[in-house]
This record gives sequence, structure tokens and C-alpha cells, in this order.
Amino acid sequence: MPLITYREAIRHALSEEIERDPNVVVMGEEVAQFNGAYKVTEGMLAKYGPTRIVDTPISEAGFIGMGVGASMLGVRPVMELMFWSFYSVAFDQILNNAANVRYMSGGQINCPIVIRGPANGGTNVGATHSHTPENVLANHPGVKVVVPSTAYDAKGLLKTAIRDNDPVMFLENTILYGEKGEVPTEEYLIPLGKADVKRQGTDLTIVTYGRSVLHSLKAAEILEKEHGRSVEVVDLRTIRPLDIDTVLASVAKTHRVLIVEEQKPFASVGSQIAYMIQREAFDELDGPIHRLTTVDSPAIYSPPVEIEQLPNPNRVLKAALEALA
Amino acid sequence: MSNKTSASPTKQAAAPAAGTAQSHLAPINANLTPEAKIGLYRTMVRIRRFEERSLRAYQAKKIGGFLHLYIGQEAVAVGCCSLMGKHDHVITAYRDHGHAIAVGMDMKPLMAEVYGKVTGCSKGKGGSMHYFDPKRNFWGGHGIVGGQIPLGVGLAYGVKYKGHKGSAMAFMGDGAVNQGAVHESYNLAALWNLPVVFVIENNGYSMGTSQERSSAGFGLAERGRAYGMAWGVCNGHDLYDVRATMDKFLTLAREESKPSIVEIDTYRYRGHSVADPDKTYRTRDEIEDYQKNKDPITLFQKALLAEGILTEASVGEIDTEARAEAEQATEFAEASPFPTADDLQKDVYWEVDNPDQKTSQGRIFFDR
Amino acid sequence: MAQIIDMPKLSDTMTVGTLVKWLKKEGDAVKSGAMLAEIETDKATMELECFFDGTLLKIYAPAGSQIAVGAPLCAVGKTGEVVPDVPAPTAPKPVLKDDATPAATATPATPAPAKLPAQAPVAAPAAHPEIPSTPGQRIRITPLAKKLAAEKGVDPARVQGTGPSGRIVRADVIAAATGAAAPKAQISNSKSQTSSGAFVPTASAFAKGPIQEEKTVAVSNVRGIIAKRLLESKTQIPHFYLNIEIDAGPLLELRQQLNTALEKSGVKLSVNDFILKGSAEALRRVPTVNCSWEGAPSTGSGQASVRQHSAAHVSFAVAIDDGLITPVVRDAHLKTVFAISDEAKSLAKRAKDKKLAPNDFTGGTFCVSNLGMMGIESFSAIINPPNAAILAVGTTVKKPVVKNDQIVIGQTMMLTLSVDHRVVDGAVGAQFLAALKQLLESPSLLLI
Repeated sequence: MPLITYREAIRHALSEEIERDPNVVVMGEEVAQFNGAYKVTEGMLAKYGPTRIVDTPISEAGFIGMGVGASMLGVRPVMELMFWSFYSVAFDQILNNAANVRYMSGGQINCPIVIRGPANGGTNVGATHSHTPENVLANHPGVKVVVPSTAYDAKGLLKTAIRDNDPVMFLENTILYGEKGEVPTEEYLIPLGKADVKRQGTDLTIVTYGRSVLHSLKAAEILEKEHGRSVEVVDLRTIRPLDIDTVLASVAKTHRVLIVEEQKPFASVGSQIAYMIQREAFDELDGPIHRLTTVDSPAIYSPPVEIEQLPNPNRVLKAALEALA
Repeated sequence: MSNKTSASPTKQAAAPAAGTAQSHLAPINANLTPEAKIGLYRTMVRIRRFEERSLRAYQAKKIGGFLHLYIGQEAVAVGCCSLMGKHDHVITAYRDHGHAIAVGMDMKPLMAEVYGKVTGCSKGKGGSMHYFDPKRNFWGGHGIVGGQIPLGVGLAYGVKYKGHKGSAMAFMGDGAVNQGAVHESYNLAALWNLPVVFVIENNGYSMGTSQERSSAGFGLAERGRAYGMAWGVCNGHDLYDVRATMDKFLTLAREESKPSIVEIDTYRYRGHSVADPDKTYRTRDEIEDYQKNKDPITLFQKALLAEGILTEASVGEIDTEARAEAEQATEFAEASPFPTADDLQKDVYWEVDNPDQKTSQGRIFFDR
Repeated sequence: MAQIIDMPKLSDTMTVGTLVKWLKKEGDAVKSGAMLAEIETDKATMELECFFDGTLLKIYAPAGSQIAVGAPLCAVGKTGEVVPDVPAPTAPKPVLKDDATPAATATPATPAPAKLPAQAPVAAPAAHPEIPSTPGQRIRITPLAKKLAAEKGVDPARVQGTGPSGRIVRADVIAAATGAAAPKAQISNSKSQTSSGAFVPTASAFAKGPIQEEKTVAVSNVRGIIAKRLLESKTQIPHFYLNIEIDAGPLLELRQQLNTALEKSGVKLSVNDFILKGSAEALRRVPTVNCSWEGAPSTGSGQASVRQHSAAHVSFAVAIDDGLITPVVRDAHLKTVFAISDEAKSLAKRAKDKKLAPNDFTGGTFCVSNLGMMGIESFSAIINPPNAAILAVGTTVKKPVVKNDQIVIGQTMMLTLSVDHRVVDGAVGAQFLAALKQLLESPSLLLI
């Protein structure tokens, strides 16, 4: 299989879906002429033209809301947020309108919109540009939330998200954009709500998603080589719907759990996972559920300190050893 | 023609008792059949009787939450919606009963909706503020001031993208014009030449704050000038004037795919919601002046009597029918069942409601 | 027919309104849309609108009164029509179950009674089948280990946990079930120390080498538990101490006689056996000492409580490798000193051999700690929770005593009682020690 980057995988997904369905439109700030702030959409304007690849003004509430409205009429907009951090200025459009309109209309309307962009820290862009809102988004029934960790997953999940008839929030990662992975040339889809066991193990389950999957895999390697411990890494891939069954099956196998996420701790995605594990696999637990998150402060600018603020292989290793005690 | 064109935004200023002397001669009105004119009149009366009946139900504790009545503004929704063609769409805010009836929705599911009954147009899930009927191109019924306007731009975008000759009318009150999302919408619509008409129903007060105490500048529609957009004002007490003015701007949207802002001068007789005080920011005299001299139903009735289309007898008949229809809608609502707890998690996700086409897996609700 | 106009709901949160003033009076003609009265709600003063044409026939609610929503305010009808003086409640059937404010008459309304939950009552959850037995004896065990222990028939109380804070984990239960002890590195550690050359006679007692290796050693689980429980005891229980000196001569004499006379029967009574028997008897006489502080329930605001124990289960401290344990002589108040002696010997041996069952060292109501054999004259012990007291027994000392106004060589013994002041006050503690002194100084009483 060819090795391509996460960025290229997303571009391939967008391109394939644009070619497949005339209703698919890619919109966002700098997605067209500029070739994408992070080059995800590079070359697409030249290939598909300005009707399908649309530059928007810096006006998130306006253009996201416009996309929601267009989706009610059957257009399938894929809206890029240059950073998911900017969701806060479009909050009403995403979480009042896209999330609620189906319900408030008694099921008469649906919004097949995808909102995508990076949501991560680690590039020293400071507190305003480092939000990870997957927990906030997933707290709103009506939306779906996807956080892919690899090029393969990103492509397969984005294609599914674009075909989905509900609003899908697709959270990428600027640091992962350059990560390469094997992606088949033939078409494939990955269903939403299906976790992926990225590494098999018997002593500890690490439940994680997004870039934290990579840190967890590195830590798992060290744990095996230097500590003789066998760690299973479960990549959730989708936050809502959530494949809790795969998590529970892994817990039943290892009996120990560490959750690793690039979230602030209070009421994070991990909080929900921990709740569900204790509720549904209480008797399988051979120790308390541990969790490693971003350190609970706004994202710091200072580059070396930000590395320590976020999950990293070393922090995962330490947390894993505690969970294994 | 309206006091809104000047820098004198107060409602005390005398407004003309009717629209321009010419508006009834505009082809869009002159070409109406007598039956069509009676139909317009009837729709306004039906809206008012429906709302009066809903107020009684509210006061009898049949209706929860808020009830934002449209009484006094009927000519706006009826005038605008009477111009709709196959590809014209409507979206509005929470004062949405008039638009719902004006686009042709039946009173029964509307009354059942405010009763919170499963037979309501939104199955009891939306309430008074959230009426929807996409089959009639009516996209709600939205609760957050100005929040529906970007959606309206999206409807226009959809019309244009799909290559239809149509438009979107995005209604808002004068209280919405200072919301950021509204200005973002103006910009997008003008930038991309989207076929949207932003309709400002200026009833003078954003909740209890008068226009002069909330909006800077010379006029609300005139802000369109900053975006290079066509704009206009009209007399919302005069159904003919609403139709004549809106027809121009809708044609601009449909034929040239150009957006515009139209400010329609109107007045609501009731509080912002029926639960809100009414005399803290305006006088009884002011309200009575509008009721006596500028009531859109009375004015149109007079016009049609003068035209010989209506008679005293037919006026009474229409009124009796409208009251009976509102009463029947109430009986229907009373007799209908409430939704059940099982209905709570229906209509949240398209996919859950269409299990035969389900593609995703995993858990989607998290009560357990 | 006349229309009864009820107090309208004028806001989303209104349950009661105040009729501020009537704008029309009885006999006035009214028409639809007319304002009848001013009503003050929780949000604003609003007007009562008439929806009917006719005459205001009757006012039921005087100005100034507070009226529940749905209760009648007035009647409107045709002039001359008769209306009831006090109409039947006309409040509509409540549509929302939790808003079922009963319609009031026109008298000032009282606040609605506490509302019933809208949902049908859910069956109360079944009582949890396993409630931890007694507080203070909670065993730290993971859910999985607990389930495994139940499956394999392992008593968690017999398993030493190797997890954090001594928590029993899955591996501990599996080890217990297969007979293998959980790894106890600390114990083998101490053994290696004793087997080192430190005590070989050829080495100087004042050797210059280090006393012991400089290092941090993880404590055993036993040590950890002792440390934790005694720290809790000493810091959480308000201890006070009572000393009493007893004349041990009669006791030593009786013991000598019995041991000599019954030697062939294998009887060998220790001083401690008499102390255990004496303690049990003293507890019977002063049962307040045979109690436990139970504190306040962990939930709710219930009062604190003290548990009275009906039997004297007397435990005694036995030193074991790297710690101590307190096996229990159950129902000591019902047993003879001989029976107590046999049982105590057996328990002490099993304690040293680490063969005590949990039942052997749990459930004591009073504890005796005796360092007399080590030459200690007197000391104060730390209470072993949940006991209310512990008796510290010193050695017998020969010293001059006054007997029959003569100074003679007597044998005395110091007893120190450590007492939980929450349960036992000074006077009661003193009564207990006085009873014990009397029994031990007249030890034949202990043979009855």
C-alpha cells in the first residue's frame, strides 16, 4: 500500500467525494486560492473550480450557519474551520441550529453537513488556538464527533462523514497532517462508531483517540521492552457514536485501564468513558481507572513547557505504570 | 412613506394610515382576483383568531413556556408569503405563528404544537417558537435572536447552487439587526450575490427597548448600503404596500440573484411574550392609536369594502369561520395525546430514525 | 350562560397572582378585549383581559387578594342572569401532572402543596445484598478481585493485598487460591539480615561497620496495616490513661499451686491467662468498657452511636515477624481460666506460625497487651479500634509493701488502661480497674 500523509488522505477523501456527489462543496477560509491554511485542500481549486471549492471571508458564524442552512436544502457542505478553536464564534450555528433543528422540527429536517479542521495543541499557538472541543460537541445530542489518528482512518472516516445524513464534527490535528501511513488506492469506508484496537495486549488497556494514540503506542512499546508489560491500545476514532463495546471487551481482558486524551480534565471525553467502564465493567476492574489529560491550565505558549502540558510518551509511560501498580 | 426612512425612529411619530396611494395599483396587486384578495384578508383574520385563542389557552395553563404573539403584524407575513413560488423559501424567528399560517399550515397541528401534543407540527418537540413545514418551504421558527439569518443565507445559497430560480426570505425583528451573525450574513449574501431578501419586521421595540435606544444610524434597512445591497422600506400596516414592495425585491433575487434588505414598519399590540409587561416602555395611548388607526386587518377590510369585494356580511362570516376554525384546532389539540418518554430520543439523529439505512455503529445515546 | 373568569396564567412561571385592583365593577358592561383588572404576577403587573361580551355580574376575588392560577375571579354574563355566590372550582383539568395545584376558592391562596414527581414512581431498588460488615474493618479489594475471591471461595480477609495501600488485586486472590503466598520481599529481607554475620560472637560488639545497610526498604503489608491503623487510632481516638498497682502476690501464689497440683494434667497457667479471665469478668461487671464507638452514619445526618457488645471477646497482643497480631478469645466471660489458657496458647502458636484464620483475630471487644515477660514495668498501649480500651500489663516487681502495718517484700504489678474518652469516662474506667484489681488480688474468684 502507498504511504501517504494524513493531510493527503483527507484531500483524497474530499476529492473522491466531490467527484462522486455533485452536492458536495468544500468551503472555508483560505481553502481555495490560498490552497488551504495547512494545505489540506492544495490543488483542489484548480481541479474542481470555484463552485465546489469556495473561499469564505473570516466570518465563522456566518459561513457555518450558511452551510447549515444549505444542508437543510440538501447541499452537502464540508466546512473547514482553520482551527476548531474558532468554533466558539460559531457556537450558536453549530450547537443550536445544526444540532437541534431536526429535533425541534419533529424530524422534518436533517443537516448533512461536515465541519472539519484541526483541534490540537502542541504547536505553540497559545490558548486561543489550542482548544479541543470534542467533549463540548459530543455533549450535544444531534451531532456526531470524529477524531481520527491515522491517515488510513482519516480518509475512511471522512468519506463516511460526508455521506452521513447527520451533522458530523470532524476534528483533525495539525501535527498529524505530516504523519504518513499506509492507505490503499482502492476505495474504502470506515463506519462511524467503530473503535480500532491499534495494539493488542493483556496487562493494561489504554483508551485513547487522536494524536494521543501515537503517544500511547510509543509508551506501550517501552512498557513491553523495558518493563515486560503488555499494553492494549484502543483507538476510539469516533467519540459520538461511541464504540464502548470494544472498550469493555478490552477491559475484560486486561482488567486495568488508562485513558489518554488531549483534553482538559474536567468533564472530558475520558470522564464519560471512565463513567461507562465503572458502570458496565465494574467487576472486571482490578484497580481504579486512571486518566492522563492535558495539564489543567489554558494552553501555554512556551514551547518546551507545552510539550509537558500535553500528553507525551513519557507522561503516558508514567501514568501507565501507576495504572499497572 | 414610512417614518423609518427618516432619522426619527420613535413609534409616536404619526405613520400614514395606509400605504402609498399607488401600491394597490401595482400589477402584483391589481392583477389579484377578488377571490385571491379575500383569501389574503381571510388569512390575516385566521392568524389573529388563532393567536387570540392560543392566548386564552395559555392563560388557562394549557401552554407552557413563552407565547410571542404576532397580533398587529399580520399583513407582513401574509403579504410576503403570498408572493412565494415553488423555489421561494421562508425562515423566521420565534414570533412565527403568522408566517406558519401564511405559508398554508393548518391550524390544528399548530395549536397542538403549543399544547405540546404529539400531533403538533413538530410533534410537541418545538413549541410555539419552533414551527416548521419544509414541504411548504417554511424552515422555522428559531429561538435565538438573529440566529436564523445565516440559515436563511444558506437557503439562498442552496437555491442558487441547485440552479433554481428562487429566493429565501429571512425574517427578523428590529431587535436582531445588531447581532453579529446578521451582519456576517449581509456580507456573505452581498459578496456572493445570493438570492435572499432580509426582511426586518420593525415593530419598534426589541423586547422592551425602543429602536432609538438600541440601534445607531439612520435606518435599519439602510445599513444595506454599506454592503452594496439594495434596500427599501414599506408600510407593514398596508397589505398592498407589503406585496408591492416585496415583489420588487423578490424579483431582484429571483431574476438577478441579488440580495436586499427590506424594513417593514409594523406594530405588535401584545407584550414581547404574553408573560412580559407591556406598559413599562410604551403607553396605552400608543397601542390604542395603532389599534384604531393602523390595524392591518381593519385597513385591508376597509379597502376591500371600498372595492366592493367584501361586504359587511362576508366580513362577519369570515370572522365567524376563523373563530370556529381556531376553536376546532383547540379541540383537536385538547383531544390529542402528549408525546411519550419513548419519543424523547426520536428525531434527534436522522440515522436513528432510519434504521434500515443505518451505517454507523456504537452507542449514540448515553443514558446508561 | 355566564362565564366564570379564572385567574389566568400570565407568565411561564406564575402559580399565584395578586389581584391589584378591579378596573370594572359589578354591573358594568364589558366586551371582549376590555381590561377587567390589574394582576401582579411574579414578573410584572398585567391586565386581566375579558374574552366575552356581557355584564360583569359578580366579583369573587377582592382587590388585594392572592389567587391561585385557575381559581375564579369573576363572572361575566347577561344582565340579570343568576350566578352562584361561590362557584364550584372551574380550574381546568391539569395538563401537566406536576403542576396539579388544586383550584382554590376565592379566598387568599396558600402556596401549592409540595409537588409530586411527574413520573410514575419507580420501583425502589433492591437492598444491596452485600453491605460491608463493620466499619473500620473494610477490606481494600478491587472489584475484579472481589468477584474472583467469591468464585474461588477465598476469604478476602485472609488475603494480603499487594496493590497500592494494600489493596487486594486479582493476582493476590489467585495466589491465595493456589496456596502460594503473595510475594513478601520484606519478610525474606529481614531473614537475610538475621542470617548475616552481624551476630557471630567473634565479631566485636562494637564493630566499626554500619549498624545496618543504609537504604529505604518498602514495608511489609503487615507493617503497613499496623502503621495505618495505629496512626488512625492515636490521632482519631481521644486517649486517656489510668494506672493502678496491684498486689500480685496472691495471684502468683495461686498460679504456683494450681500449676504444681495439676501438672500431670498438663495444666500450665500463665499470669496472662488470669489477666484475660480477670478482664473478661471485669468487663461483665463494668460493661460500658465493652463497647465500640461507631460514630455518625456515613450518609445522612444521623446521630453518632456506640455499640454495646453482649459478649466479652478478649484479644491479646502476640508479637510475630515484623509486627504483631491480636488473636481473640471469644466469649471469655463464659470460659474458665483453664479453657482460656488452652485457647490462648493455641492462638499464640498459630499466630507465630501465621496460621490464624481471620475469625481468630477479628471481632475482639477488649485487648490486653502484656510486656511483663520482657521486664517492662509499665507502659501505655494504643487502643486497637474499634475497642474502647486496651490494658497494658507490666512485669511483677518485688518491692516493699505494707501488709498488716508491716513492711514486707511484696510482688506488685502495674496495670495501665488506655481508654477512648468518647465511650468511657474516667470514673467508669476507674471502676473497671478497681474491679480488675479486686479480682486479681483475690484470684480464687476467677476459679468460680
